[in-house]
Amino acid sequence: MSTEQLKTEAERPVAFTVNGQAWRGWVEVRRTLADVLREEVGLLGTHVGCEHGVCGACTVLVNGQAVRSCLMLAVQADGCEILTVEGLSESTERLHPLQESFWDHHALQCGFCTPGVLLSAYALLQENPQPTLEDIHEWLSGNVCRCTGYQNIVEAISDAASRLSAEKGGR
Amino acid sequence: MKPAPFQYVVPESLEEVMDILGQHGAEAKVLAGGQSLMPLLNMRLARPAVLVDINRLPGLDQIAVEDTAVEIPCLVRQRAAERSPIVAEELPLLREALRHVAHPQIRNRGTICGSIAHADPAAELALVLVALEGEVVAVGRGGERRIPANAFFRGIFTTALEADEVIRSVRIPRRRFSGQAFREFSPRAGDFALVAVAVALDVDPQGRVQTARVAVAAGSDVPARLTEVEARLQGAQAGAEAVKAAAAQAREAVQAGSDAHASEAYRRHLTEVLTEEALLAAMATTGGNVA
Repeated sequence: MSTEQLKTEAERPVAFTVNGQAWRGWVEVRRTLADVLREEVGLLGTHVGCEHGVCGACTVLVNGQAVRSCLMLAVQADGCEILTVEGLSESTERLHPLQESFWDHHALQCGFCTPGVLLSAYALLQENPQPTLEDIHEWLSGNVCRCTGYQNIVEAISDAASRLSAEKGGR
Repeated sequence: MKPAPFQYVVPESLEEVMDILGQHGAEAKVLAGGQSLMPLLNMRLARPAVLVDINRLPGLDQIAVEDTAVEIPCLVRQRAAERSPIVAEELPLLREALRHVAHPQIRNRGTICGSIAHADPAAELALVLVALEGEVVAVGRGGERRIPANAFFRGIFTTALEADEVIRSVRIPRRRFSGQAFREFSPRAGDFALVAVAVALDVDPQGRVQTARVAVAAGSDVPARLTEVEARLQGAQAGAEAVKAAAAQAREAVQAGSDAHASEAYRRHLTEVLTEEALLAAMATTGGNVA
């Protein structure tokens, strides 16, 4: 099929990497990345809440940056590297230190917002390993949680930052 | 909800964008960062027949310093601008305003030019463009034209862009002010501002205000300069007294809108408070003695 033809098709071939695994398939151009991750790739950890960028439940990392997967078309992710909540921990035996910290601090209740919150927190710590409370608040402002009141989430992220820095320093 | 079907095109040059827009006109929508357009598509408030994704255009994602202006092309993400040493050095007011634009997760994809093209009356970036007398570089089949910010914003979500035009860049004059500040109030961090105020001024060595720019977005159709307030500040001794008088005048002069989020009276109140804060902060950064 020529490029010219492709440009007018309702579906396009898309290839990207999710959590280190290559994925390719035909995708309807109007589908969001969030929907394709859930329904085509089969990764249900990315949650879809508001579908207009406010709630943050669908937050994933695309090429290392936290973005709303409901505000990006899946075709736009062609050639990108994606990280979802399923890819946070390196093994099925052990949680990522952020996830451990969320467990310890009771930073989730219903869990609907948690994948998005974890990925926002992960992105924050990637670019700023020792964030201030203000930094954490700024990043968390992009994720709505209706259960916890945020305080435990802030504590969990803060504690995870300390643990991760200590781990790094100890090596 | 999910977007209605559309034809999706990924042009590889601006010429191709112009051709497509020329062919489809208002039926086509340009997709840059998508942080305003995608919600509209998802909610089917917008149902363009053709979606023109400009994200793969080459060479339009770097901020450039020219002799008289800083040029910000259409694929510069808001977060890239926020972290840009050029913006920190040349456009501190823009940098300060960017921190108020939605959330880091949104700014990672949202573009400066996209926000300008969307023309939300509460948008911080539109307000800064007006305050700093920037201009929009639009290209279309008729060629290139530069549109001053105050002529670009025509109304709510309405601009001077023709249906076959796309914003190639925005240009902001390299004009150092001795002080500037941005203040806004929104119910929650990252929400659209009920009122936002951008201030830039020069204070002479004797502590007198030489020039003042005061721009406000307060729920009316477009962000606007408060020229009466600027005129009153000019020549005044920088300090709490002049600031108080200017803020009180801003309260009267501002075009304040009334809607479900805030009444006109409340927006006038916020305009006064935020103008006072912004002017004091701008004077404090001049290093002058603010009584």
